[in-house]
Order: sequence, then structure tokens, then C-alpha cells
Amino acid sequence: MGGKVKAVELAIQCRGLGKRFGKYTAVQNVSFDLPAGTIMGFVGPNGAGKTTTIRMLCGVSIPSEGTAQVLGYDVYKQPEEIKQHIGYMTQKFSLYDDLTVEENIDFYGGIYNLSGETAANDKARTVARINLAERMDQLVASLSGGWKQRVALACAILHGPKLLVLDEPTAGVDPVSRRVFWQIIRQLAKEGMTVLVSTHYMDEAETCDYLGFIFYGQLIAFGPPAEMKAREQKATLDDLFVYFVEREAVDDPRNQRGR
Amino acid sequence: MTPGINEGADRTTQERMVPVAGFSWTRFMAVLKKEFIQTKRDVPSVIMAVVMPVVMLLLFGYAVNTDVDHIPMVVWDQSMTADSREVVQALRNSTYLDPDQYVQGYGEIEDAMNSAKARAALIIPPDYGKAIQGGDTATLQVFVDGADPTTARAALSAVQAVGTERAWQLQSERMNLQGLGGAIGRPIEVETRVWYNPEMKSTLFNIPALIGLILQNVIALLTAFSLVREKERGTMEQLVVTPIRPVELLLGKLVPFVGIGFVAFAVALLMAIFWFDVVPQGSWVLLILLSILFLVTILAIGLLISTIASTQIQAMQMTVLLVLPSILLSGFIFPRETMPLFLQALGGMIPLTYYITIMRGIFLKGVGLEYLWQDTLILLVFLVGILTLAMKKFKKNLD
Repeated sequence: MGGKVKAVELAIQCRGLGKRFGKYTAVQNVSFDLPAGTIMGFVGPNGAGKTTTIRMLCGVSIPSEGTAQVLGYDVYKQPEEIKQHIGYMTQKFSLYDDLTVEENIDFYGGIYNLSGETAANDKARTVARINLAERMDQLVASLSGGWKQRVALACAILHGPKLLVLDEPTAGVDPVSRRVFWQIIRQLAKEGMTVLVSTHYMDEAETCDYLGFIFYGQLIAFGPPAEMKAREQKATLDDLFVYFVEREAVDDPRNQRGR
Repeated sequence: MTPGINEGADRTTQERMVPVAGFSWTRFMAVLKKEFIQTKRDVPSVIMAVVMPVVMLLLFGYAVNTDVDHIPMVVWDQSMTADSREVVQALRNSTYLDPDQYVQGYGEIEDAMNSAKARAALIIPPDYGKAIQGGDTATLQVFVDGADPTTARAALSAVQAVGTERAWQLQSERMNLQGLGGAIGRPIEVETRVWYNPEMKSTLFNIPALIGLILQNVIALLTAFSLVREKERGTMEQLVVTPIRPVELLLGKLVPFVGIGFVAFAVALLMAIFWFDVVPQGSWVLLILLSILFLVTILAIGLLISTIASTQIQAMQMTVLLVLPSILLSGFIFPRETMPLFLQALGGMIPLTYYITIMRGIFLKGVGLEYLWQDTLILLVFLVGILTLAMKKFKKNLD
């Protein structure tokens, strides 16, 4: 990163970001710059602090320390502005089962304050892009996991967010749906949307522009995947991941804070 | 304009308007619409809102009946004279007692009382007729089953009233016979008038209060469920990451339940009027306005519960925690005036207490705001307080 970052528009910029719950430190000292229009993969074992970091960046959880700007908005002072300009989706596909696909989309459209012609245009564009036209009248409860995932994505990008945050969006989804999903994500990034996605799948991580490895609440590596592999001389991301886990497990900073 | 240009224009307007701060009508309407659709599809809840008032009104309307009459009584008539039959007939005419079963001996009386076939027993001694005719004092013996104090009290006062009445009658007959003047008046005549509920029907007293109790139970539960369901299904987690304001979400959730609550209220009211014959004496407008006030207060309680509970089971338990004391302490069955001060104060913390006073005031006494303003004011304070608390709690949850 370094000096040339200034020239690029940054979607996320955070310095020394940390979150404590009581005495427990969930995340500490996370710093990175993410250029706009790129895809960043967030990788790390369960409980490493991915979701906590994501929640801080979304303006949902107030950080205990550090600074962060998301799309130019301060996470402390302008959380509502952040929420208006990002799209968010989790592995739970938080949709209303007892509503149809269309009713879900309309609801989230309203929640993002879209109305009238704007709402209709955004809906038509999103439905066409994600290919949902034939499913509009179907109850969400009757959809398969892959389709639920697509509807959830539709609801998250409906309002044209500049940053799309995906928390393990493909967990438990079949490979075909996963591929379709990623095609859409890459297309969105090509059109200028920044994407922050946490994942356990190394093949997904491989195709990201940037990767952040988070372990024991710390961001221990950040950069383009190829660069990271080269730095540690590993052939694959899998190897790199295992290497990091084994190295870091020895000295969990949270266990040896007095060091 | 070509669609392309149109689309471009839309993008810019969308980016220009950053409608983040303040109340957004669009967001509120989105929640409202969603809630209406969900409620419409949630048939069990709709049925609960309409059928529960009917079932509960029927159940409580008949079960919570404190009118004590036709108490079964056994009679051991050892005299078997016209005089003894007369006293039995007088008891029967009082309608409080049904002295229909004749027995012989203490053993049979004990059997009847033990098996609860009779709640009272009358023993007429063998010399009853002779004593009456001979101008002596005759003694009637009455046993009352005191296990249930309410029944016992009613039986005792009925027997005593009949006894006194008979005694007066005989006394004046005897004095007449001795030529001591014609109609002897009683030294004191007590004239009684019962106000508001002259027939002292307990349904007249219970049904108006019951409407409040039913509204409280049905609406608090339904409202609490609606928000907790979002938590359980994980949709709340999603909503938190959207620009929705707590006020917009809470109001959007409340309004449909005002509708449901009003339907439940109307059903209960119609039942009261056409089934139980309990018709409000006072102003209809006041009745409906104050009922809406109470309804909204209950909705706020439901919201408060839903901000604390994280599962529907918890919400259910908390609602029961509200329902049980409110049945006992609100003055619904037992008068609050006779309770220990502590319990009176506890009952004072339940909004239903004040609504019951309001309902009885309008239904039975036909009074207006000039008598009910205090209760109305307290309800208002409850509403504002609970709603504020719920909003505060809800904001914290968003964090």
C-alpha cells in the first residue's frame, strides 16, 4: 500500500480498530485501506473476529478503539449514513419466509427509502440482473437455499450500495449456486461496487483483489492473494491458511497480553 | 425521454437525497405494509384475536359468577306440622336456599354435608309446632358449610333474614290475639336502595372488567410475539444494518395491532351487549376513546416485553407474569379497598386497574370524564412511560 494509496479513492480506511466485550478483546489493532471498486476477502477461523470487524465497519457495533471511515463516513459519528450506502447480507439470508420474493424486495426497497419511480426502476434492474422474474410470486419459505441466497442478495443491492458487505454468503449453498453467485458479485465489482466478503472457501478467496487474514482478533496479513503467497512462499492459499493458523496458534496475543 | 436517460436521472436523485436523519414516511409505510401482509397470512393469530375474546368472555362470564343463590339444603323436620312446613317454604321463597331434600337424623345430615350434596342443613325440633302454637320460644337449628366463606355468608344471612321475618310476623299475630292493638309497626324500618346494579347481578360488574382483561391478554401477547419473531428468525439482525429508525419500526409494528386490538374489543363489546345484556349506560364516544387509550398502552407493554425477551417462549412467560397478578390485584374479582396497602400499591402499577374503574364507571354508573379524569390521566402517564422505556430498550438492542 503505502504512498500511492492517496491517489485512489478508498472505500474503507481503518486504523487500530478494536472491540472489547468487557475484559474480552474480540478484535484489536485492525488497520487496512481498501480501494473502491475492489473485492476484499476476509478469511480466518471461526471466532477469529471477522463478524465483529464487519459489524463495526457497518456502523452497527461501536468500536472500543481506533478509527474507521467507510465510504468517507465516520463509524462513530455517521453510522446511519453508512447503513444507507452499504448493502449487507449474512449466511442466514434474513428474509421473511411468509412473504413472497417480490414482497421481500419491496419491503427492503422501502426500508432503504426508495419510493415511486426510483423504487420501480431499481426493482426492475435488480430482478433482471439476478434473474428473479419467474420467482417473484413464490413464498420465500418454498425456495431452495441457492434461491434464498439470490433473493437476499437482491434485497442487499436493491438501493445501489457503493459497498456490499457479505458475511459468509455462500456457507451451505450448493456449488452451482455458489458459482452463479460469484459471477454476479464480480460483475457488480466491475461496475464499481466495492465488495467485502468473509468466506471459508479458499477458491473464493483466491479470486479476490485483496485478502485479509484475521486470527485471534488481529489482522495478521493484508494484500493481494498472489503477493501474500509469494511473501510466505506457499503454493496455494490452503497452505498459507494452514501455515498462518499453526504459526499464530502458538502465540495467541489475547492469551499472553502481558508479553 | 428515453429509458436510458431516465435511469441515469434516477441514479443521481437517489444519490442526492440522503434521507437518513429524521422520520421517513417511506420506511414506516414499508414496515406497515409488511406487517399487514404477515398478519393476514398468520391465520392462527387472527383467529386468536377474534375467537379468544369470545371464548374467554363466555368462560369468565359464567365461571366468575359471585352470585350465590339456590344453595342446596337438607331439612330434618322432626315436627312435621303446618308451622314447620311454613318455615321451609319461606326459606325456599327467598331463592337463596333450596331446602328440597328431607333427611332423618344427624348421620344423614353429616353424609349430605360431607359429600357436598348440601351446603346447609336445617333441623326443626319435634316441639316446634307446639311451641309456636303455645306462644313459647321455638328454636331452629341451622348448620352451614363454612368451607367456602362466600356461600356460607349468603346462607347464614338468608336463614337469619327469614327467621327474623317469621319471628316478627308471629309476634304481631300473638299481640293481636292478646288484643294489644292492631297492626304493630316495627320500631325501625330500614329502606334500602341499591344503586347502579339494582339486581346485584355479578355479570353487570364482571363483564366490563372482563373486556379489559381480555384485551390485555390477547393484545400484549400478540404484540410481544411480533417483534420477538424477528429476533428468532434473524431478520432483526438484518434490520439493524439498514437505515430504519427504531420509531419507524416500532410504529409500523404497532399500528396493525391497534387494528387487531380494536376488532377484539368490538367483538367483546358486542358479546357483552347482545349475549350478556350488559349495556353501557354512559357515553359511547368516551368508552371507545378510552378503550383505544388502554389498547395502545397494552401494545406498549407488549413492545416492552418484546424488547426484553429474545424468544417467543420467554415473551409468553413474561406475559403470564403480567396476566396473573392483574387478575388478582386489579379489582377484577376482589375489591382493592380491602387489600393490604402493599397489594393495593402493587395493583396500582397495573394499567388494567384503571381501565377497569373506567369501564365500570361508564358501563354501570354512566359517568363521564368529570369522574374518570384521574384514571384517564394515570393511563396516559403509563402509556408515555412504557413507550419511552420500550424505545430506549430497543435502541440499546440495536447496538
